[in-house]
This record gives sequence, structure tokens and C-alpha cells, in this order.
Amino acid sequence: MTGIVYSLWLIIIFKKDKVNIMKKLIDCEKGEKVKVLKLATNYDLKQRLISFGIMKDAQLQVLEHAPRKKTIEVKVGKMRIALRAEEAELIEVEEI
Amino acid sequence: MNEETKVCPIIANHIKVALVGQPNVGKSMLINSVSNAHLHVGNFSGVTVDKTEVLFDYKHYHFTVVDLPGTYAFTDYTIEERVTRDYLCAEDYDIIINVVDSTNLEKNLQLTAELFTMSKKMVIALNMSDEADKEGIEINAEYMSELLNVSCVKVSAAQKTGIEALINSVIEVHEKPKVEPKLVFSEPVEEEIQKIVAYLKKHKYEAKNSSRNIAINLLKENRKTYEKLHDDPIWIELQPLLIEASKHIELHHDTDDIKEAFAEEYAAFNRGIVAEVVKVKKQEQEKKTLTEKIDSVLIHPLYGIPIFLFLMWGLFQLTFVLGAVPMEWIDGFFGWFGDAIGATIANEDIRSLVVDGLIAGVGAVVLFTPNIIILFIGIALLESTGYMSRVAFLLDGFFHKFGLHGQSFIPLVTGFGCSIPAYMSARILKNDRDRLLTLFIISFMSCGARLPVYVLFAGAFFSEAIAGNVLFAIYITGAILGLIAAKVLKMTAFKGVDEPFVMEMPKYRLPSFKLVWHTVVSKTLMYLKKAGTFIAGATILIWFLSNYPHNAELEKKYDVKIEQAQTADEKVKLTNEFASKNLEQSYLGRIGAFSEPLFRPLGLDWKMAVALETGLAAKEVIVSTLGVLYALGENVDETTYSLKDAIIKNISFASAVAFIVIIMVYLPCFAASVVFTREAGGIKYFFYLLAFTSITAYVLAFLAYHITLLLGY
Repeated sequence: MTGIVYSLWLIIIFKKDKVNIMKKLIDCEKGEKVKVLKLATNYDLKQRLISFGIMKDAQLQVLEHAPRKKTIEVKVGKMRIALRAEEAELIEVEEI
Repeated sequence: MNEETKVCPIIANHIKVALVGQPNVGKSMLINSVSNAHLHVGNFSGVTVDKTEVLFDYKHYHFTVVDLPGTYAFTDYTIEERVTRDYLCAEDYDIIINVVDSTNLEKNLQLTAELFTMSKKMVIALNMSDEADKEGIEINAEYMSELLNVSCVKVSAAQKTGIEALINSVIEVHEKPKVEPKLVFSEPVEEEIQKIVAYLKKHKYEAKNSSRNIAINLLKENRKTYEKLHDDPIWIELQPLLIEASKHIELHHDTDDIKEAFAEEYAAFNRGIVAEVVKVKKQEQEKKTLTEKIDSVLIHPLYGIPIFLFLMWGLFQLTFVLGAVPMEWIDGFFGWFGDAIGATIANEDIRSLVVDGLIAGVGAVVLFTPNIIILFIGIALLESTGYMSRVAFLLDGFFHKFGLHGQSFIPLVTGFGCSIPAYMSARILKNDRDRLLTLFIISFMSCGARLPVYVLFAGAFFSEAIAGNVLFAIYITGAILGLIAAKVLKMTAFKGVDEPFVMEMPKYRLPSFKLVWHTVVSKTLMYLKKAGTFIAGATILIWFLSNYPHNAELEKKYDVKIEQAQTADEKVKLTNEFASKNLEQSYLGRIGAFSEPLFRPLGLDWKMAVALETGLAAKEVIVSTLGVLYALGENVDETTYSLKDAIIKNISFASAVAFIVIIMVYLPCFAASVVFTREAGGIKYFFYLLAFTSITAYVLAFLAYHITLLLGY
């Protein structure tokens, strides 16, 4: 109980100070614009993501969710990329 | 691809060009525009999976252009990327044309920056400049050439503008000595490069490439460069230098991966270039683009999948309804042609060979050309508009449940056209297990060659109004069976970790009429050529097997009987009886009789069994075999002969269902099996496929036959 209160309080504090909270790409809403903080993936997947322009500091916009959020579509620059939920889980982003 | 025959005879004035670019930037279209303007197209495939060569002459040069598969970066991610990288690193060529999409320059330059490290002469083709104009994107090509020290030429493959300038630029660059492209890194990286360059210079290390190029490749951990320097005495001192440099750069980029650090370096450099040379006129950033508008409907979480299913259903409806019109003409033509030719041949044996064998058999195959054309147009449209990736996006969640990858969808849909390109396009799947699994499932997607059999049976047993739906149901059932088979295989033979799903969703484009036309025409010609050669040959063989050996005793017996017959009716009856008796004792009849016990539990007679066996050579042969077999059995019947009528008369509905089920599942044609074996990587996989499909087909057909009987049909 105290844990929940504490974390709620933390969120309020952070919101107030407009400090952005790190979150996972999969948790972003449709239309949300975010910046990539870290690719917490294995080597191969990281190379793949980088070749599509998904790398540190890149700006992404969530465009569309497939049924039941199994796949998401993001926009990087002018390119639209489809990612599976499992992969989007590994990309850490922050709001901009 | 036959490379030996395509080498230009004169080496002196010969320029070999490697065409490289990211996927979907219009390389194939560009090569088409270039060669169309100057004759001689080698071969051309809609989606480049193998490298394709095109030869042409311009001014006093022979050009060989090698169209390489699209690649996002120099990784080993997919086989296509491997083909491109291996070619660029190991093969002999004079110059690279790097094709980039003008509307998405920043992303495309990522590959360009990597190409710079190849240390080859290079020209950048700023393709799709017409689209860029429309979107208000203006690129200063001269300034860009100056900044990169590589000539950049604006072209539009679609509008055929700038092609001449591009070729002239290639000649110009070819004639001049090689210049080093400018690629500027951040301060820390430049510092380390300088250190290594200084070291190489100090030890007077001689190489074809510049010291700077070697330094960059060393820092990037390029394996080839390492191999070369590894055996040199300077390596001892170079190694600690490199370790230090890597640490420095990784620290600067806050990563433990030097490749990631370089990717960020390139991205920063490209952003700089784009900021300098690109001007976006209209400031309509916030306004939704057309692609976004279309996407909001087509990949809608709720409507997306129904829309897709509707489109597929529409395609099969069209195939049936629209295809029926020219089919009647073709059918009429071959009927008339057979009679007309038959009347001129006196010898009974030869007449039977030509009319019942050759014309009936080839005619039965040619008859289905309209259906095939419509199907191929549909698939070409799916491919070229960019809708295919959307479907992969929509279906990945669903496919994933069955152990397949969303991108498996692309080879699977291609499989509805022909299994051969489908097997080849499975190369987009990186994970070998995923790829093998997809390869095993492709034959469940009924190919165009199986369409004639379905059309024939659907038309025979159902009214015209619902035949299209039946056709759609057959295809869907095949696809569902494929998914179930995938699940079974995934749980048994192909266990393992799933491959990540990361895929570009290309911009929607109006399909290029020329590209679609080209694909459809070449595929249709291939189909007709097969009908004219392979299938004509097979038909003659089947005719021979079904007519020989002649049984003199039987002939005499029936001749006497027919002579003695009183009425005309009785005569006809006896002649028919003789024909079918004669057929049963023929070679084909014997083969059929031999294998009949195997097919009896499925409700198939020996004629159908034989048709299935000949279908192993090519699926088109099934229809022509049925044509030959039933034509011979009935050839004394004076009424106009129709295969459809013969089928209704001779085959029960339950047997027909079992027959269709086998065709849906069993081994693809001989040519496809060869490609499968090559793509899967070994003859053992062919035997797996043979066992897997045969057993599945047999069991399913057995069930289908008995269930249909139980239901009272």
C-alpha cells in the first residue's frame, strides 16, 4: 500500500517538474511522439533497428496499433516501420 | 542466371556497373528505363532476389549493369543482404551506382555512407525526383556532389528523366581517376582516424586503398581489413592503438558496440548533409499525407482484416467471372481446330494422336490462360502498391500464433501465383528455421497451375453463380490447412526462438502500368511456353501410354460384335465398351490398375490416380491427362465432347472432393520441387517435403471422402 502511494506521489512530483519518465515504446499511445533513449536488445536486432534508423536520440511517432496491440507502426523520419510487440517492449523511450 | 554467356566480348571499352540501393527505391525500374532507352534487356524480375544483369551499348562503351537486391545496411540480416554485400566485396566491377529515394534522403544516405568505405568509384542517382518535386522537396544536386565529392544526378525512373545525364556521369567518373568521398566524423572519431593514418604512414604501409579508408574500416571492425593487416608485422603495434581508439569512441557514444557508434556517426553526418542540400518548400508537416490517410482505413484494427479478406475474395470472383468470357472463345476455337485438323488426316492413329492427344491436351491448358492472367495481375498489384506489407502488419499477430512470421505472408501470397518465385522470395526471412518452415508451407497455397483443376471441378459440380465462392473456399481452406501444418511443424520439427518482426511499410504508390504489364506478360508467356513444350510432350507421352499396346484379339472380338449388332444404339454401346476395355489394357491402364488399390480407399478410380501421378510433373498436366483419358473413353460418342460433362458423368461428388484435397496438398510440380530443394539447402529436405505432403494429402483426402459420403452426397 505504502509502495503504491509512494509511486503515485513520485509520478505527481515528476509531472509537476515536467521531467519525462522513461517508458517502453509498446506502452505509448497512438499519435504519441517520443525520443529513443536506449535499445535494450541483442546485437542482431540492434543492427536491424539501426539500419531502419531506430537508434539513440531518434524521434519516433506511434502511428497505428494492429488488433490487440500485437504489432505497432511507428514513423522514423519519413519511413514507416512495423514492429512486433515483443520488440517494441525492448525499446526505451521518453516523451518529447 | 547464366553469367558466362552475358559477358561482353570487348573488355577494353567495358564498364561494369553495380546498382545498389535500399529496398523500394526503384532500382529495377531504373534499370528498365536505362535499358529500354538503349536496347537489350537481359532478364527482369519484379522483385529482385537474385542479381540480374542487363547489357547495353552507349557511345563507345559496352555497359553491364548488375542489379543487386535491395539492402538497408551491410549486415548479414537476410540472404538478400548477404548476396549484395558479397558481390560488392568480392566481385570485380568498375563503378557503383547508388540509387537513393529523393523523398527520403536521410535514411537512404545511411547505406551510401557505408558504400563510401568500399573505396570504389561511385555515382549517386537521386531517384524519384518527380515525386520529390510533388512533395515540395528540393535537392541541390550540385552542392551535394561538392559536399560528398561524389557526383549526384537527379533522375526519375518513372518519368525517364535524367537517365542520359546519369549514364554520361558514369562515363565521366569512370574515365577520371578515383577520388576519395568526403565523410566527416565527429571530433573524437576524426582524432582516432588521424592517429591510425599517421601510424600507417609512418610505417609506409602500402595498399590499394587510402590510409584513411583503411583506418575507418579498422575502426568499424571490418573483417576483411583485419584479415589483411593481421599478417603484417605492423599489427603488433597497431592492435593496442585500435583497442584504445575503440574504447575512446565507445565512451563518447555511451555504448559498448562500435557498430552502433558508427551508425550514430553516419546518422549525424547525413543529417548535416540533408540540412545543407534539401529544402522543403511547403510547410505542411502536420497535415496527414495520403499514405497516412489510406493507412488509417486499410490497417484499421477493426476493419483492416475484413477489408483484406474482401479484396482477396474479389480477386477470386474476378478470376472466375471475368475469366469465363474468353474461356468460351478459346474452348470453341480448340474444338473447331481439332475437328478441322482431324478431317485432313487419313491415318486413324495419327489423327487420334493429334486431335485427342495433342490438341485436346494443350487446349485444356491454354484454356485457363485468362484465369492465370487475372490472378497474376492481382498479385502484381498487391506487390507494387505497397499493400502487401500492410497485410503482413495486420496478420503478424495471427501468423505468430501458428509459428509463422508476418513476413512469411509475402512468399505465401506469391505462392498463389506460382510456387517458384514464392520459394525464392522466402529469402526475406532471416531466421533459417522460419524460412524452412515457410518453404514447407508454400505448397499449401494453391498455385496458378492448380487453378484449372479447381475451375473445372467447381464448374462441373456447382452452378455458375456460386462457383466463384467455391473457388475462394478452396483457396482459403488450403491456406488454413497450411497454417495448421505450420503449427504442427513448429511444435515438432522447427522448435526454437522466434525471429523479431521489424519491417518497412513503404509509401503507397500507384502501380506502374509498365511494371505490372511486364511481370504479367512474362509470367503468362512462361505458362504458355510450358503448355507448348513440356505439357505438349507430356500429353503425347500420355496419349501413347493410353493407346498402346494394341490388343489384336480384343479388337477382332469387338469388330465382329459390332458388325453383328442390330441397332445403332447397340453399336454405340459396344464401341464405348471396346474403348474403355482397350484403355484398361493399355500401359497407362496398367499403371493405373497397379496403383489403384492405393487410391481406392479415397474413392478415386484409376484414371484419377493416373492424373495425380502425371500431375507430379506439372499441375497443368492433370487437366490434360483427364482430357486425354476421358476423350479416349468417349471418342465414339457423336455429341460434342466436353470434359466437364465427362466429369459429371464419371466422377461422384465425394471422389471429386477427395481428388481436390489431394491436389491442394500434395507435392508441387517438378520444377518447383527443384527450386525448393535448392532454397532449403539439401536433397534431404526434398524427401521430408515428399513424405510430409504425401502423408498429409492421403490422410486428409481419406477423411474428406468419407465425411462427404457420410453427409449423404
